[in-house]
Amino acid sequence: MSDPLLSLRGVKTDIAQYHILHGVDLDVPRGQVTMLLGRNGAGKTTTLRTIMGLWQPHTGDILLDGDNIARQPPAIIARKGVALVPEDMGIFANLTVEENMTLAAVSGPIDKTRLEWIFAVFPPLRTFWKNPAGNLSGGQKQMLSTARAMIEERRLYLIDEPSKGLAPAIVSTLARALRDLKQAGATILMVEQNFKLAKALGDHAAVMDDGRIIWTGAMAELATDAGLQERLMGLSMEHA
Amino acid sequence: MTAAPDHTPIMQRPPLSVRMQPWIPVLLIPALVITGFIAVGNPTSWLTLTVSGLAMGMMIFVIASGMTLIFGLMDIINFGHGAFISFGAFVGVSVLIALGGLTGVPSLALNLLALLAAVLAAMAVTGAIGWGFERVIVRPVYGAHLKQILVTMGGLIVAEQLIQVIWGPKEIHIARPEMLKGAITILGATLEKYRLVAVVFGAAVFIAMRLVLRHTKIGLIVRAGVENREMVQALGYRIRRVFVGVFIAGSALAGLGGIMWALYQELITAHMGNEIMVLVFIVVIIGGLGSVEGAFIGALLVGLLQNYVAFIEPKAALVSNIALMVAILMWRPQGMSPVIKV
Amino acid sequence: MVRFLLSGDGPRSLILSVIVALIFVALATAPFLFPGSRSLEVAARIAIFIVLVASYDLMLGYAGIVSFAHTVFFGLGAYGVALAGAHLGRGWGALAAGALGGTAVAVAVAFVIALFSLRVRAIFFAMITMAVASAVAVLVSQLSWLTGGEDGMNITIPRELTPAFRLDLEIFGTRVTGKILNYYLVFLCCTVLFLLLLRVVNSPFGRVLQAIRENAFRAEAVGYRVVIYRTVATCLSAGVAALAGSLFAIWLRYVGPDTTLASEIMIDILLMVVIGGMGTIWGAVVGATIFVLAQNYLQTLMQGAADATAALPLVPDLLNPDRWLLWLGVLFILSVYFFPTGIVGRLRARG
Repeated sequence: MSDPLLSLRGVKTDIAQYHILHGVDLDVPRGQVTMLLGRNGAGKTTTLRTIMGLWQPHTGDILLDGDNIARQPPAIIARKGVALVPEDMGIFANLTVEENMTLAAVSGPIDKTRLEWIFAVFPPLRTFWKNPAGNLSGGQKQMLSTARAMIEERRLYLIDEPSKGLAPAIVSTLARALRDLKQAGATILMVEQNFKLAKALGDHAAVMDDGRIIWTGAMAELATDAGLQERLMGLSMEHA
Repeated sequence: MTAAPDHTPIMQRPPLSVRMQPWIPVLLIPALVITGFIAVGNPTSWLTLTVSGLAMGMMIFVIASGMTLIFGLMDIINFGHGAFISFGAFVGVSVLIALGGLTGVPSLALNLLALLAAVLAAMAVTGAIGWGFERVIVRPVYGAHLKQILVTMGGLIVAEQLIQVIWGPKEIHIARPEMLKGAITILGATLEKYRLVAVVFGAAVFIAMRLVLRHTKIGLIVRAGVENREMVQALGYRIRRVFVGVFIAGSALAGLGGIMWALYQELITAHMGNEIMVLVFIVVIIGGLGSVEGAFIGALLVGLLQNYVAFIEPKAALVSNIALMVAILMWRPQGMSPVIKV
Repeated sequence: MVRFLLSGDGPRSLILSVIVALIFVALATAPFLFPGSRSLEVAARIAIFIVLVASYDLMLGYAGIVSFAHTVFFGLGAYGVALAGAHLGRGWGALAAGALGGTAVAVAVAFVIALFSLRVRAIFFAMITMAVASAVAVLVSQLSWLTGGEDGMNITIPRELTPAFRLDLEIFGTRVTGKILNYYLVFLCCTVLFLLLLRVVNSPFGRVLQAIRENAFRAEAVGYRVVIYRTVATCLSAGVAALAGSLFAIWLRYVGPDTTLASEIMIDILLMVVIGGMGTIWGAVVGATIFVLAQNYLQTLMQGAADATAALPLVPDLLNPDRWLLWLGVLFILSVYFFPTGIVGRLRARG
């Protein structure tokens, strides 16, 4: 775990009275997939949103390659190469698929080869390129949301529960796309409740509980140790 | 790279009735024009009234468009928007009076040059005031509606008073440029030249706004911001700057509407802005807050209805627009073309 | 006894208590302490606007509803008296019938507006009421056969309330006339209405309103029907405003669009309630008094200041007596930012 791309040090975030981070310490290694696990309300989404700058930590540092991005505005953090696929997908429903993608390509026109790659992994986006994104199905919206992050090469992808509420066929499409992204050398920090997907994609795992990281290690270690899962997450995720 | 997954697209062409829905509001305009024809009963009067209604509608649209965009993007209703109308009118009229040498001669080119100077001055000044207004009056109360309404009202009071400090308390009469005076006769109907100019001008503003919103990156950011501000920021755009830009543009448009209205009425007062605001409120409500297209349709409906009714029963003109608002809100409580909000 | 009358909600600040007591005593003795018709005009106007502003505060400060139609209710009360006088003739019965009729209509109108638009967001309500208010003002000035149009209507009131009626009684050297009796009618009614409003906001009903204002969603979740509470608050507020309007009409013996329906009056009410202190009821006393005094006497002061600075550029224009509203507007904005509970809130915080 030497020279991580992203390091959180003692990050504390308060939002009203709930969803609180009580001092998160986390390293996200370069070029690998880190899974952020834990039960509902443990602070996983809050961690991603805090990294993105959508919520401001009141103390602590967030180092992106040594550059402290804590308390910077989200637009600046995005321009430094951090992309978020939010839990609610954040699709612009009145805009077409094309316009959604154009907006996501912040540094200039859409790169044609990258777009072809995205079309190859998410064919519906090609089919509905000129249609309002609001007309897409739930799975297609998730594809669009993920594709928006993938349209440019980012230093860090923050992906929040992409499989939530989707049919198995679409989950496997997403899994293939994310594997492609991983093979291209991307650094990903991902929240996932679907343990099968987490196991298939993750290199590392970090388990949260009550606003803290309570365990970090190799995904493989967690995946094979039912007792450890039981202890960390209160239930064996394999069968959840 | 992996092969394309076997995913069957589920989107299908919706039935005609669903696809027609966004167009129903547009159809209200010809429906109103035809109803007007029947109710007025006299083709030449009807044509005169229609042009005058369109001219009025276009001017209200120019004013309302800025207001509705500001609301859509920032969730701010600026009750002081009327101040920009008045300021635009006074600045523009001052320029026209100063350029009397250009407006008084019967040369269309020189007249239009003077008009252009007046419009640019009005927009520049109201844009600048808008910038200050946003910083001083509006920024501290983002997100607090009650305070927003109160404080922007306060801004209106102060602005109206400042106009009287600068230009004096009296109303000012302004003559139209020489070549825009009088009327032409088409099909026996008398059409004032200036009203035709106002129609063309308003339509041009609408088309320009649509082009900017539909075909530029900044327009894309604005439309996306109306839907979901947070996501626009997470994609890497500094929405604050867009806010300020839209506020300035909206204020400048109100200023433009002000000078247009000044030449329409040939009379300006410090309170004129707030008087027009009643119609502007009706327009943004029936159009759907945040929707430029809705404001356009709403403004034309209000302008036409106002003129037809004023011809048939002058006392019922404003009341008829309230009735229109009530009817449309019964039909679509969010206005005709609401913007989907996340 | 005083505690009971004030519904246990006194000024709660020594300075404020002194100010309120001074205002009360001054108003109660105005005809004799400050003889002269101008000061009596000012005193009656203060009393009536205290009630009008307090009724507006019930909506704005307690229920969190921003309405620009308050002048409509005020006007309905005033025109009610005028129309009753015109059609039923001179007499106490006509006066009462007009006031109650106007009030009933105002409550009905408020009910319709509330049902129609209280479900929508605050800004919608504000815009809709503004449009309605301006339509009513235009309508009233156009329906001259009914309302007298722009000229308004003169009102016939019982002879006992007119200056022509003279009592054989002198107090502090001032002869008691019908005008003075009229003033005391206004003063008494205003006192009763004010105490009534104080009772309303301190009742369980008032507390629910405040809970709704703080968090409508939570209040609804706890089981209060928000729309019903807001509707009742709107109707009550409209009723009191209409009664204030009736008193104003009786006092002026005249009603016209400019005295009751003008948008300037709406702005005046807004200024008074915010500067005095929203959500306190007592703010109405302080706000209305300061405002009406400023309206009548600040201009004299400003004239002096403008004369003194005549040599400077722009300054005399800013200090022109006609620009007094400019300074109150600035004060208004500063109030909203820096002391949203107004003068009353400030004084209470000190104590």
